[in-house]
Amino acid sequence: MQRRKSSKTPKQPLSIPNKSQTDLSAWRKGAKIDSEKSLQNNQSADDQKCESQEGSLEQALSYFQKAQDSVAPKKKSVEQEHLDAVESTALEQGLPPEGFEILLKVVLSGRFADTVNTRLLKSLIPASVIPENSVVTAVSWLCVGKCSGNIQLLFLKWLITMFDFIDHKEQLNALYGFFFSFLQDEKLCPYVCHVLYLLTRKENVRPFRIRILLDLQAKMGMQSHLQALLSLYKLFCPEQVTITLPGKMKTYFKNSEGPWKAAITAVRQRNQGSSPLSQAVFLGTSQPQSRKRKWNAQLVIPASSASTKHLDEDREKSCFYLCSPNESFPVEQLQTFPQLLQNIHCLEFPSQMGSVLTNPLLLHYMNCVKDESIYLRLYYWMGQRLQEECPWCVVDNPYEEEFRSFLETVYKAECFLQEGFSACEEFLYKTLPLWDGVCCRSEVLRLVSWIPLSSFSDIKPYLFDPLAQLFFTSSIYFKCSVLESLKELLQNWLIRSVIQMDLEISSVNTTLSGLVNVVAELVHFVGWISTVAMRLENNSTFLLNFILDFYGTVCDIYLKYNLPLLIMPPAGVFYPALLSMDSVNLNQLCYIMYRYRANLVAAKENELSKKKILQFKFSNQTYQEYNQYIIAMVGCLWTSSAFQKDTHPQGLCMDDKLLSKTAVKEIKSSFNIVYHPAMMGCSIKFLQQICPGDTTLNFKLIKGKKWDWYLEYLYSRGLKGLKAFIESSISRVSQAARSKAGNVDV
Amino acid sequence: MAEGRAPRAGADGKKFERRRRAAAAMAEEAPEGGAVRTLPSLRRLSRALPFGRSHGRLIVPALCSQEKADPQKTAFVLRKAWTLYSVTPLYGFRRARLRDYARLLGAFIAAEKQKGLAVEVGVELDIKVALSSLADIRGSELDQAALLVQLSSRSRSSSRNSEDKPVWLGWFCSVFGDELSESVPEHFTCLPLFLSHGAESYTALVGSWFQKTFDCCFRRLAISPLNLSWMVAMWAGCKLDRAASAVELVFSVPRLAQPLDISYAIHPEDAKALWDTVQKTPGEITHEEVDVFMDCLYAHFHRHFKIHLSAAKLVKISTAIASAHCDGIVKILHSQYLPGVLMLLTELAISQIQ
Repeated sequence: MQRRKSSKTPKQPLSIPNKSQTDLSAWRKGAKIDSEKSLQNNQSADDQKCESQEGSLEQALSYFQKAQDSVAPKKKSVEQEHLDAVESTALEQGLPPEGFEILLKVVLSGRFADTVNTRLLKSLIPASVIPENSVVTAVSWLCVGKCSGNIQLLFLKWLITMFDFIDHKEQLNALYGFFFSFLQDEKLCPYVCHVLYLLTRKENVRPFRIRILLDLQAKMGMQSHLQALLSLYKLFCPEQVTITLPGKMKTYFKNSEGPWKAAITAVRQRNQGSSPLSQAVFLGTSQPQSRKRKWNAQLVIPASSASTKHLDEDREKSCFYLCSPNESFPVEQLQTFPQLLQNIHCLEFPSQMGSVLTNPLLLHYMNCVKDESIYLRLYYWMGQRLQEECPWCVVDNPYEEEFRSFLETVYKAECFLQEGFSACEEFLYKTLPLWDGVCCRSEVLRLVSWIPLSSFSDIKPYLFDPLAQLFFTSSIYFKCSVLESLKELLQNWLIRSVIQMDLEISSVNTTLSGLVNVVAELVHFVGWISTVAMRLENNSTFLLNFILDFYGTVCDIYLKYNLPLLIMPPAGVFYPALLSMDSVNLNQLCYIMYRYRANLVAAKENELSKKKILQFKFSNQTYQEYNQYIIAMVGCLWTSSAFQKDTHPQGLCMDDKLLSKTAVKEIKSSFNIVYHPAMMGCSIKFLQQICPGDTTLNFKLIKGKKWDWYLEYLYSRGLKGLKAFIESSISRVSQAARSKAGNVDV
Repeated sequence: MAEGRAPRAGADGKKFERRRRAAAAMAEEAPEGGAVRTLPSLRRLSRALPFGRSHGRLIVPALCSQEKADPQKTAFVLRKAWTLYSVTPLYGFRRARLRDYARLLGAFIAAEKQKGLAVEVGVELDIKVALSSLADIRGSELDQAALLVQLSSRSRSSSRNSEDKPVWLGWFCSVFGDELSESVPEHFTCLPLFLSHGAESYTALVGSWFQKTFDCCFRRLAISPLNLSWMVAMWAGCKLDRAASAVELVFSVPRLAQPLDISYAIHPEDAKALWDTVQKTPGEITHEEVDVFMDCLYAHFHRHFKIHLSAAKLVKISTAIASAHCDGIVKILHSQYLPGVLMLLTELAISQIQ
């Protein structure tokens, strides 16, 4: 049962799986069990019909087989009947593998009239696979030349369309020379070229064949099918032939799917196949050029093309230079992940490293191969491109859009590799001081987030100083974008530091204290610019959102990234957030303070248990700062005592006399989650719900049991941060004293 | 250089001629009594250039010994206008393969010229390509020998006997490019300076082929006005054994409706005398010295024409040793100073790469 062998495991590593026109794996899986059986199973409803069809097909096949041997043609009507049987079975469920040999023989031996042959050929639609033997037999009949030119042509078209359904291709490839000889036939030539294109392997490319093709080219001029075959030859043997394809070429072969495409699709749908017919022509050797530009200054990322490093024509002369040229897998043909896995041992990077940027498979490969030269090649290429095309460094450079998309590509590759490129880092250091903050804004800022961890004082003048300058002088949106990218930067640094500590790489730059210092400097820097920005932007809610987002990462550094670092937000951020008019920000602040608490508690526990000698512990000042903030928070949200108890020098503490001047009655119970401006909306809605008729809005009603209801109400409105904060930081002594108790644990 | 000719330095020895708009010969700033110092070798001088670096005084390292270059072999370099490029290190380049490379490059050029038609590698083509090493052009031990690419068109008519007609020349070199060659691993070949002479279209073809084959990047090498002023100061001070041509500086005045170039020609001996008074220590050159030198020239010009040349852009300088244009075009005139000039240019190229 030859058809059961999977044709996906080629005997030779150099076979070209991706030349497949269709992905049949799914299709074959369905048909592997037993094609005929599965056919029936799939259509249990039509079982009856199927069986009858099965029978008539068998009869038809035996008829045609016999017809083969007998000289005199049978009666027309009988012939018609059997032909109909073949056609209807083929169109509905496809033909079983064993039918092909018989029918192909009939067609190509020229026994019947061309109309019959044509009809038969058109109905040669496989249910599962086509046995290689049948095709080999067919080709030998083709060489005998008994059938008409039209049938020859139709057979070649059929072969091209069905190529991927043939279960093996070894013997077929052995017939390469026979196919090649058909090139001389002017009519068949385009189709033979296509067959050869599908069949060609490296060992098929021979100097004499190249010469024949070149002669043909000289005779027939520029023909797309010859171009395609010759470029394939060039791909395999760049040292023997070369060709530059014109940029505008789109299709290299005429649509030769002929009458079968619809039928195949229909049969496949019926047999639960999936993927559509796709023709993978990988002739991307010539990039379409949008406009005239300098030859060396294009931001076009080179197409992946195999390197011509290994010249093996002069093998005798120069064999001692060659490494292993025979078994390398052409990088142009790398199109699927399984291919990558199969050929990873003999894969070679493209001749121009820049092409890896747009090729995820090669990026995968790059991740596996630790070779310095890869990065160096990329470094030089990218460095030159960035410098030369940077719109704000090069005068009169009209190609901003192009540059933008280039930066985008670089960024995506960085995200894929989870690592910044050094060329890109250098570029940012060089050009940020000259940047206007407008050109390619989001792309540049995103690239900033991949700058690797390095000494803060080293990069400050190139990175943080120019950024701060632009930050203070630009719009609120720019400020938010900067904060966003600095948050990403912080996260990337933290992740990197975790990896470094795991690998226990300890160079001078990556000692724990060095790491902590660098991260701390970044956090302090963001604290500073945030404080200034809050003032400049009038405590904008929008801006505050981005700032708190940054601190959402900062508060969890100890627990999440195992780095002994805890930095509280500056008062210039904390108080505007605490007194924010917006419940989202207040909720976020509550969440952050809850996380700070969790981190501090964990640190304290580690310290007390002394499981291991701690290199670092948080200073008392950190705890003190946290406590000051927590007192202010509890005062503001719970005990209405913020104005009395806040001990922070920049805090809310106010003189009683001053407070009495505000003429607010009952000051001491009038500032908590009910009256907080960010919560006012909620408390009003809550009141309306519990006393629908009352329009006086008596907030004092919210106490006792209703206070608890109110909390539940707030939690149900999504204030999860508030919930976490209250449940962790406020210990409610007893139900009776609940509205007064506020106790800070740490 | 008839235009710039001026009598020897002296109080009354000044004559000015106009060229395009204005030209001046310069003399009087050179004091008669200024001690004449021995000129340092150009090679050592040039090492001190802060090209691409911050300003400062750099002292010349000892030169590694170098066999006498055969002037015949490098004669083709002289008196041609070369367009400069910087080239990042070539990856996978093998010197033993030059003949293969030549065949591939030849076929590539043919294929590019007749887009869409395939070309067999190794057959006779219209354009003949030759690649060869120039062992004479290199500086230190670490430098790779220069690489010459010659394109010539095959003469069809009188077949074998007649010579091929050269159509384009280009060469890669590194002269004291240690800074770069030290830092790259094996499989990389550092030849950071590329000079081409001939049609740009050929440069494009050859350049693209090298870029594709050896994963390198070509980039035009412009020379900044600052570097031009370094060059003129340095070269003006060089001693020559034969009658030298005038030292000339061409300035362009920015932001005018019509382009205005000012050419400023100085008698070579006057220029040398001025430089000798400015330079303090033979063997090194400092930023201040170059500034003083240029300021003297500007002051002199201003006295006569009331034009501040410092506000214009220096676009070209010519001396008896070489001339250089800010667009990155040089012409080397004197074989004795060839290594020195190439060393400067190598340094410029490296600073553009790194």
